[in-house]
Amino acid sequence: MSDVKEIAEIPSFTVKLSIRRFDPEKSEEASWQEYEVEMHATDRVLDALHKIKWEQDGSLTFRRSCAHGVCGSDAVRINGRNRLACKTLIKDLDINSTITVEPIKGLPVEKDLIVDMNPFYQAYKDINPFLVANDKPEKERLQSPEDRARYDDTTKCILCAACTTSCPVFWTDGQYFGPAAIVNAHRFIFDSRDEEADVRLDILNDKEGVWRCRTTFNCTEACPRGIEVTKAIAEVKQAILRGRP
Amino acid sequence: MSVQIEIPNSPRKQRVTNWEKYGWLYMRISGPLLIVLIFTHVFVNLFTGEGIKQIDFAFVAGKWADPFWQWWDVAMLWLALIHGTLGMRTVINDYTEKPKLRTALVGTLWSVSGALILLGTLVVFTFDPCPPTSNPDLLPSFCEAIASS
Ligand code: HEM
Ligand code: SF4
Ligand code: FES
Repeated sequence: MSDVKEIAEIPSFTVKLSIRRFDPEKSEEASWQEYEVEMHATDRVLDALHKIKWEQDGSLTFRRSCAHGVCGSDAVRINGRNRLACKTLIKDLDINSTITVEPIKGLPVEKDLIVDMNPFYQAYKDINPFLVANDKPEKERLQSPEDRARYDDTTKCILCAACTTSCPVFWTDGQYFGPAAIVNAHRFIFDSRDEEADVRLDILNDKEGVWRCRTTFNCTEACPRGIEVTKAIAEVKQAILRGRP
Repeated sequence: MSVQIEIPNSPRKQRVTNWEKYGWLYMRISGPLLIVLIFTHVFVNLFTGEGIKQIDFAFVAGKWADPFWQWWDVAMLWLALIHGTLGMRTVINDYTEKPKLRTALVGTLWSVSGALILLGTLVVFTFDPCPPTSNPDLLPSFCEAIASS
């Protein structure tokens, strides 16, 4: 029996984390705070955050819900890159140096790793993220597999904001619609059942719309769902130039 | 009875004219044109003939006596200046937050660029390759013929 236990042993190691802390009730300034935790090779950054909160410092504040890359609550900036804390294995980072964790950039920080997502959701609402179809069918609306495939990539979005808050154009003044809103517009613009592609194209043909995109590819690199975000934006640009999807 | 769903968001107002699309297109059309124009310009000036040593007043005057090079240079001037101005406008829009400052900077930018385009065009088309009072050694070779006629 003892053999079995030994085989099941997972290697563990000590990691240093430096976490950006901010508490508006204590100080106007944010600051870095270091923690040391014993972690296993199977642990993710979210597990480290949990361990710190549960065992060392209960005041550490962050969002998470599903803990499995589905809900999109825990996008944070890990070692300068936007990642879901629940999808980032610690062993994949450089564990010999301190791992930095900070809130995603470009949205107002409320406390520690929590940002105000409302400006982000507002841009999402602005593109009318719902199917518009005025016919009243008796059955479901049919769609060919090819037509469905046209926008498959952009259906995967979980609205985590990793893309929008990795975009240098969004960082400047936060007025840009941002990659996530364009991804979700793309999901309906190229849906053959939707009737308001022209409205959405017109909304994004704006001073703060797709033309602000400078093809930096940060968004594609950041997306935890592997969506080709920059490509989707380019397709929307082309659709506007064509005047139809 | 059908259910009334409230509109989740107030409908957007109709904008006035929107130039963003055309600005974006201009950058992409002028870019490749500038590659051809600029590199040919650099090649002709620095690699053909006597190379880098040939460039002086006479060389420039000689080129601008030819309508081909006049139009070439004017095309470069207009395309590059409008391209550069649109690009700087993007940078200003990125880095200014106060609307008044933004308008002032973009206004200054277009004024300067407009003045440069006008002056440049004027110089290229009204250029006198053989100014009567200058040292003949510095002028293009065809000036002698013109002066003696
Ligand atoms: C040699 C050929 C050139 C090509 C192919 C080219 C291409 C481009 C393109 C495609 C953009 C848009 C980038 C974007 O929206 O993401 C751009 C931006 C820009 N270009 Fe050019 N360009 C050229 C020459 C020039 C010249 C001669 C100037 C200066 C007069 C210039 C100044 C700028 C500036 C200031 C920007 C804005 C940079 C930014 O968006 O951050 N370019 N260029
Ligand atoms: S496109 Fe990707 S990175 Fe952007 S909000 Fe959706 S899931 Fe997150
Ligand atoms: S906690 Fe749900 S995506 Fe990470």
